[in-house]
Amino acid sequence: MEFSIIEWLSDPGLTHFLIVSAILFSLGLMAVLSKRNVIMVLMGVELILNSANINLIAFSRFTELSLDGQMIGLFVIIIAAAEAAVALAIVLNIYNRFKTINLDEISLLKG
Amino acid sequence: MELTTILFYLFSVTTLGAAAVMVFSRNIVHSAFALMFTLIGVAALYVLLYADFLAATQLLVYVGGILILILFGVMLTTQGHSFSFKINSVNLIPASVLSLATAVLLIFAFTSTEWTIAEVSERDDTVYELGMMLMGDYILPFIIAGVLLLIAIIGAIVMATRLTATSTEG
Repeated sequence: MEFSIIEWLSDPGLTHFLIVSAILFSLGLMAVLSKRNVIMVLMGVELILNSANINLIAFSRFTELSLDGQMIGLFVIIIAAAEAAVALAIVLNIYNRFKTINLDEISLLKG
Repeated sequence: MELTTILFYLFSVTTLGAAAVMVFSRNIVHSAFALMFTLIGVAALYVLLYADFLAATQLLVYVGGILILILFGVMLTTQGHSFSFKINSVNLIPASVLSLATAVLLIFAFTSTEWTIAEVSERDDTVYELGMMLMGDYILPFIIAGVLLLIAIIGAIVMATRLTATSTEG
């Protein structure tokens, strides 16, 4: 079996989508680790959730998982919406109390 | 070269490029708008994977909801006018080493595994089947998700009202 890179590249399959999601995941991880703004960290978490969702839906397209994968992806989107709403309410409370959203300066456990 | 291939690369480059702009931009508003292009690119990738309902949901919930929430968060938490939208990065070297290692490891794992590909028939629309599944096998998670959303909304309202109460007191 002859394996050629060009041929592999010209036919996007499961692996291509998985690689896109892997790069998206590492970019989200980069944002979570290297930023000290709470909202940037939240955006990084959204990137990570999206990359996981691409994985689930790629598996639902190409393997036996079929529509169950899409269903799990739907629940991931629902939970991401709830998470974003609650997290931003918490961020607004933190800003009201500490007058900053820099993660390094919010180190008080007892308000 | 097929049209699907061209579209796949177009949307992947859009998604990943916008995500890179989001991560490495020094202005948080630019980051938020780059996140919008990332989410739209992910929705286009869902369309390529025959997930039309999920693509529509992604557009409605992420681009229409979460992104607006994030922009409101940016607006409500900026300090002053001088250094407002600037963000600085810390731990740049350990973070990039760790995320590069993660990317290499994940890509190696994905490419070296022999996935069993099942040839599924091309779907016209998934809405009917998803609806039947939601009302059948997935009825319990569906109800739990509804309760979760209700709790999240109540929690967000309670926190936001306490926010305004304390700001009027002090």
